[in-house]
Amino acid sequence: MRGFAPILIVTALLATVPLITSSNVVLNFLVVALLIALVGQGWNLLGGYGGQYSFGHAAFFGTGAYATAILQVQYGINAWLGLLIGIAAGALVGAVIGALSFRSGLKGSYFALVTLAFAEVLRIIASVAPITGAGVGTLIKLDLRPEAFQFQSRAPFYWIILALVGLSLVLIRMIEDSRFGAYLVALRENEDAAQALGVNTTMVKLLAMTISAAITAAGGCFYAQYFLFIDAGIAYGPWISVEALLAPIIGGIGTVFGPLLGALVVKTLGELTKLMTGDAPGLDLVIYGSVLILVIAFAPRGISGILLDLQRRLRSLRRAAPASLGGGHG
Amino acid sequence: MLSSVILVPAVLNGLMTGAVYALIALGLTLIYGVLHIINFAHGALLTAAMFAAFFAHTLLGLDPYVAALGLTPLFFLLGYGLQRFVIGPAAHGEDRNILLVTLGLAVVIENALLYAFRADTRTINLPYAFDVVEVGTAFLAVPRVIAFIVVVAVALALWLIMRWTDTGKAIRAVAKEKRGAELVGIDVAHIYAVTFGLGTACLAIAACLLIPTYYVNPQAGNAFVLIAFTIVVLGGMGSVTGALIGGLFVGVVESLSSLYLGESLGQIGIFAMFILVLLFRPSGLFGERA
Repeated sequence: MRGFAPILIVTALLATVPLITSSNVVLNFLVVALLIALVGQGWNLLGGYGGQYSFGHAAFFGTGAYATAILQVQYGINAWLGLLIGIAAGALVGAVIGALSFRSGLKGSYFALVTLAFAEVLRIIASVAPITGAGVGTLIKLDLRPEAFQFQSRAPFYWIILALVGLSLVLIRMIEDSRFGAYLVALRENEDAAQALGVNTTMVKLLAMTISAAITAAGGCFYAQYFLFIDAGIAYGPWISVEALLAPIIGGIGTVFGPLLGALVVKTLGELTKLMTGDAPGLDLVIYGSVLILVIAFAPRGISGILLDLQRRLRSLRRAAPASLGGGHG
Repeated sequence: MLSSVILVPAVLNGLMTGAVYALIALGLTLIYGVLHIINFAHGALLTAAMFAAFFAHTLLGLDPYVAALGLTPLFFLLGYGLQRFVIGPAAHGEDRNILLVTLGLAVVIENALLYAFRADTRTINLPYAFDVVEVGTAFLAVPRVIAFIVVVAVALALWLIMRWTDTGKAIRAVAKEKRGAELVGIDVAHIYAVTFGLGTACLAIAACLLIPTYYVNPQAGNAFVLIAFTIVVLGGMGSVTGALIGGLFVGVVESLSSLYLGESLGQIGIFAMFILVLLFRPSGLFGERA
């Protein structure tokens, strides 16, 4: 059970927020941050633990979002069932793209390119296909009943996205302890060596991509339910691909809490920018991009890396303090 | 349907468009060939160059072809500086980091342009923009013919630089064997930055060739760069000949497919080609390495 207690504590603490405040601004901010944390956790499994950097996680986010929305609007299927089908659809898209690219041996730059291209193809298709509402987008009808996955207040939405994030944290923590997780980290560090030791790296990457896509698709489904509107640019646009990798990298790549930490920091920065400059388009992304470059340059292990370093330095300071005092007198 | 009266102009126009694609792809492939990275900021830098050409015309009254003379060295310096002082130091020599840093740069540049100039689409009016020349049965727009000629000249100039100058030789040495080049005293960080500068300078020229007939908005460059990615993958990453032939080829394919299929489907055609080549022949049609 090591490592699970912090997840429980953090989730439980966050769960009390709606009891403390009913401010829509605060809850809305946290819902969006948790949404990015969930999407980022998906990216983190494949990119952080597996070392396969996808630039097209929008493909999974958008598929989840569109699946949920289209099933409800066109086929009258219940939204909760839509959530499950959306996750499955996202996982399927992940498996297909993964199978195609990993079997062709694409890695590094090539993998980033091909994922980007798939997301763009889906975006173009969604912007012309009639079933997605083409350029107009898809509007989910207002139906404020819990059975329809819609609520009067933001608190239930908040608890649902928090539960999804909590589940993803537990899942990633379990993967860390599993054989599959060990294989994944091994192939990140040295794919040839892992293969030589008998790890079926293609299968491991494929499984990682499928789970990764499923987690990110869950975020897409939630987005559709929360905002009740999607179009091709929102669902399959590059913004979500960027935020998906931004959160884990800034928070701490390949760590359980990295995406959550990163999402909170990134969204706080975004809100601060908006407060200071008004709602100027583009400026928040300028800040995100700069932070991304700065983190890679100066703190490659992200915020959790900085925190761990600080903790270590404090501990060694405490240990060193009496000795250096003694030394000073001597 | 296949009458030469329609087909010949479509092919010729495709070649003209393809030439500019080739120039953009040339910059991308040059950088890949030497630094072994895909520059994800290529599109944003092209957009920046297009804005520069646009404002050179509207604020300074410079004809784009004249502005190219100033913008090319300017963008060479910009590219040099970016690689030398941002990408190189930030990436710590790790390929994965370089990917992310160039992506970060793309996000910063694109959104800084969006913040500064909003999402408005702008165009410039030139007296000769709609002039045509008659080539056989085809009427070709003058700016496109100029673009074609300039691209051929630039490709030739690049070839001469690579073949005959010391810097060119050093670039080729670094591309082939980085460690060996280091050992004989070549400053690899400098050569990397020069290469990145040359790739960025290609974009400044491409922007000046595009702006007479095209529009600019903060995302204008992206469409071209996705095509350039396709060309570079098609022609083999790092292959200059591949980029040139691939560029012309894609230009013709696009022209013919929009003739027969319509605009938006033509775009998907390019992506489909891109993904198929990546999946089944990632070394490209002309490349040697897998």
